[in-house]
Amino acid sequence: MSEKFEPTIIGFTCNWCSYRAADLAGTARVKYPPNVRLVRLMCSGRMDPTFVMKALAGGADGVMITGCHPGECHYIDQNYKALRRFLLLRRTLAGLGIEPGRVKLVWASAAEGVHLAAEITKLVEEIRALGPLDWPTWNGHEEHQPEPALEVTA
Amino acid sequence: MSKPKFAMYWAASCGGCEIAVLNTHEKILDVDANFDVVFWPVAMDAKYKDVEAMEDKSILLTLWNGGIRTEENEHLAHLLRRKSQILVAFGSCATEGCIPGLANLSSVEDIFATAYHTVSTVNPENIHPQPVYQAPEGELTIPAMKPILKTLAQVVDVDYYMPGCPPESHQIAAVIDLVIQVVQGNAQLPPKGAVIGAGNSTVCDECKRKRDVKHITAFHRIQEVAPLDPELCILEQGVPCNGPATRSGCNARCPSVGAQCIGCYGPADGVLDYGARLITSFASVIDATEPEEIERILDGIPDPTGQFYRFNLADSLLRASTKAWKK
Amino acid sequence: MSAEEKTPNKKPEKIGVYVCHCGSNIAGIVDVENVAKWAGEELAHKGVVIARDYKFMCSSLGQELIEKDIKEFGLDGVVVAACSPHLHEKTFRTATEKAGLNPYMCELVSIREQVSWVHTDKVAATEKSKAILSGGVHRVLYDEPLQEMKVPINPNTLVVGGGIAGIQAALEIANAGFHVYLVEREPSIGGHMAQFDKTFPTLDCSACILTPRMVEAGTHPNITLLTWSEVESVSGYVGNFNATIRKKARYVNEDLCTGCAVCIEKCPKKIIDDIYEAGLGYRKVVYTPFAQAVPKYPVIDRENCTYFQKGTCKACEKFCPTDAIDFNQEDELFNIEIGNIILATGYDLFDARKVTNYGYGRLANVFNSLEFERLSNAAGPTNGNIVLRDGKTTPKTVGIIHCVGSRDRNFNNYCSTICCMQSLKFAHLVKERTGAEVYEFYIDMRTAAKSYDEFYQRVLEEGTLMVRGKVAEVTDAARQPHEEGKLIIQVEDTFAGKQRRIPVDMVILSNGMEPRSDAKETAKKFGISCSADSWFIEKHPKLDPVSTMTEGVMIAGCASGPKDIPTSVAQGAAAAARVLDKILQKEVALEPIRATVDEIKCSGCRICNNLCPFNAISFIDDLAVTRINPALCQGCGTCVAACPAGAISGTGFSNEQILAQIDGLLMVA
Repeated sequence: MSEKFEPTIIGFTCNWCSYRAADLAGTARVKYPPNVRLVRLMCSGRMDPTFVMKALAGGADGVMITGCHPGECHYIDQNYKALRRFLLLRRTLAGLGIEPGRVKLVWASAAEGVHLAAEITKLVEEIRALGPLDWPTWNGHEEHQPEPALEVTA
Repeated sequence: MSKPKFAMYWAASCGGCEIAVLNTHEKILDVDANFDVVFWPVAMDAKYKDVEAMEDKSILLTLWNGGIRTEENEHLAHLLRRKSQILVAFGSCATEGCIPGLANLSSVEDIFATAYHTVSTVNPENIHPQPVYQAPEGELTIPAMKPILKTLAQVVDVDYYMPGCPPESHQIAAVIDLVIQVVQGNAQLPPKGAVIGAGNSTVCDECKRKRDVKHITAFHRIQEVAPLDPELCILEQGVPCNGPATRSGCNARCPSVGAQCIGCYGPADGVLDYGARLITSFASVIDATEPEEIERILDGIPDPTGQFYRFNLADSLLRASTKAWKK
Repeated sequence: MSAEEKTPNKKPEKIGVYVCHCGSNIAGIVDVENVAKWAGEELAHKGVVIARDYKFMCSSLGQELIEKDIKEFGLDGVVVAACSPHLHEKTFRTATEKAGLNPYMCELVSIREQVSWVHTDKVAATEKSKAILSGGVHRVLYDEPLQEMKVPINPNTLVVGGGIAGIQAALEIANAGFHVYLVEREPSIGGHMAQFDKTFPTLDCSACILTPRMVEAGTHPNITLLTWSEVESVSGYVGNFNATIRKKARYVNEDLCTGCAVCIEKCPKKIIDDIYEAGLGYRKVVYTPFAQAVPKYPVIDRENCTYFQKGTCKACEKFCPTDAIDFNQEDELFNIEIGNIILATGYDLFDARKVTNYGYGRLANVFNSLEFERLSNAAGPTNGNIVLRDGKTTPKTVGIIHCVGSRDRNFNNYCSTICCMQSLKFAHLVKERTGAEVYEFYIDMRTAAKSYDEFYQRVLEEGTLMVRGKVAEVTDAARQPHEEGKLIIQVEDTFAGKQRRIPVDMVILSNGMEPRSDAKETAKKFGISCSADSWFIEKHPKLDPVSTMTEGVMIAGCASGPKDIPTSVAQGAAAAARVLDKILQKEVALEPIRATVDEIKCSGCRICNNLCPFNAISFIDDLAVTRINPALCQGCGTCVAACPAGAISGTGFSNEQILAQIDGLLMVA
């Protein structure tokens, strides 16, 4: 009996909009799947691609980056930097075989608890369909996979 | 009094680091004068069993050049670690994987298929390497390819790191001088784990070009816009220059002759992922807010993985493409 | 880091973990005892020495638990797993500080809003809570004992907007003895309230209650009145703002003008007054918006002035007894330094022409609310006579339509709060002045404040006819003889359960309130946020309606959403109280979340230089490095994330803290 794959997703929220949206979803008791674990940042502009890579290399199957809608950033226009970094990061990760669907950017204002919950629900299903990422932990001397068998074709 | 022992070994590499050592010109004589060179495949004959016979920690200084790609590389890494007091990861291959590390974008099968079975190789019997072969004379073994290339520090404990592809000869000379001073009791070794033979900042610190705030509206391949203005920052002229994220120490060699920095000195101090720094800094200064416009500008970097991880892939957080390990 | 060495802080070695039940709010879904026990065992290697669960951590007993443990176990790090940091981070940090540990060594992670309130699977919720707690513990290991930065407060205040809310705020602060700059972009203060006739529910004459306040504000020694002026730009931070004001040219020398109004009398050119008279009346080209304008100095409307357009006339200059007309006057730009800002910029009226089926702008006798106010006003273009568009006919039947542009997904979703009362007021005034038959067409009757419902009852008793239904159409296409020459209101009378066509002489639309058309630019200028429909956003809709998320910038009145006059006045006073609170403290403590450049690592690449909207980043040319002004830095962390050399670090949200938190979150499968 195969168990349904439950993705683990790390979500980055901004203190003023999307984190408050998550809080609002809570206050309104909107239900969504438990697969996303949130990290609170002051602003989506704090989003460093290093964080996304750390999450993916560390066992996450996907990453959600959230922030205020363009034009509504509490720090004026820092979410545009997050947008540009996200687009370039996604291209770079594709070159490493990581499907673009695994890293998603979602805008949510402080009033959009329902919207954020819906986006989380959608993302969980999208990542479930992509399957586990299972990035190897190559720690020093450990091997993740046994060596590929080399075949003689003579 | 016997001179302290010195070794230099090459693993998965190109040989350029050895040339760089030779490029120290007369300094090489100081090496000979101050050290007893016990193992240096490029310069003298020696066998692995000679190294195995040495006492543990009997070699004072070993410069290790090259990445760990095969079982042989791995074996020697452990061996030389045992036999050496100070093990230095010398050059980009050893510190961060360098160009051989780009093989981490492919699986071993794909590498062999390209090397042994594509048109440019004459291989009528379709042979490719295998670790064990039963010959009529008996069992023959050759060291197997590991699934990915690793840096020296990912395999053994490393004392110092000397970045660069290759490390600049003047830096090598400076390190040789330092070690000689230490041996003579006139200087202290830096704290273990330090990066030596390099600067404390990034290439821009040594670059003489004039810099201003950045507003990137397009990225170009250098041949599309050459010749560059020799006075102005290369990145501001739309050519992706990795200088801002690359450790200083080379005197901004490439920008000073009209070429963009490609990042061979690796990341600055304390940086966890070199490519991430380039992604974030380039993207932050793109002068566009609409996704379509941003994507159009990003099309100017057709191979971001190559642009940002040319030298550093094996030491990055992700280290390899899924192609290398996913079944 | 410049010359000083930064001694690395010792990592916490003794961490206390507290998992809150929050009654059954958390404990009902999350096995809190299990989470605490798990933390004590599985996170011991990270330094957890005590792990407790408790019913209500935010209670005084809960806080005392933390204080006692800090003292008894020598804790140097605290992690609480409970509700949102937006609620109680300060509570637990205060408790931590009381026990002698730096408050920034305390983390609050949410397992309520983010777990127990949103998930139903108890097993998954418990596992997720462990992961979140683990994230907090891993993070606290990299927390630093930060110190708040104290900056002095400039006691001057800038109030933007001279409507009733702005006037109230200005007077409160001025009466307390502190200086206020009151900036208003029209030639006179007074705002929309100066245009109304009577105010509900008391039917006070609007001008009568407003003008004394206007005069007080205009003559107060502590208020610098800057009308016909706008704020060009603002920089700085709470306690230390710098604003550039543009005082537009009036072409009247204020030092010489006595307000005699001879220039207005002699001006030969009349144009339609679109603003104050809502297009129903005229004004001269040199004008004051209304008779009781404060200040009394007129303004020359350059676009329509014969002298500025053709070089002739100059009648005003000729007749001015004090030579106060100055055609060469220029806009004045100057800077002011203030400590706090109150934005009371008011609202715009919804443009009723958008609701094409109501015929405003097409059918002559459809009026909007402002036009009606001007008709009804004794000082208005018809001297207070409620007449049709021909200027003479008194209507015999009048229909008043509620919710024009409000409560309507095609236009604005929200309720404009005041239109029901306003419509009832109109009904009363029409009946009083004309004896006409009055119909009100409403969806709901919203008369929820003091004396409002009593006013509704009064209007009912006066015989106003109420029809509950949203009007489908106002048309002049008659179908029956008795409809000829009238406006027909087509409506579903939901109580009667049938469609009705009601012929009337005059239709009054209660069009709703909208944010100012330039609200988004204003918000950006002052560094505050707007909602998607452009109202200014308050810090907390229930508990903090006059603050914004930007320290030092307050909002009051309709700029944050539709409201009536008493609420606007209350908000003006509340904003003033906030400002006075800050001024009296003499200094403000800035949260220590900010960025610093390590000048040795900085290569001077200048990539960060244009990333800061607060101008905190500057390039030091002679050292060829970048430096960040800690007082201007708002702590967003964008430059920290952008630096290619990793030379910028951010306290409170450092790389080490965040990366550790990610590790911790992924520790639990």
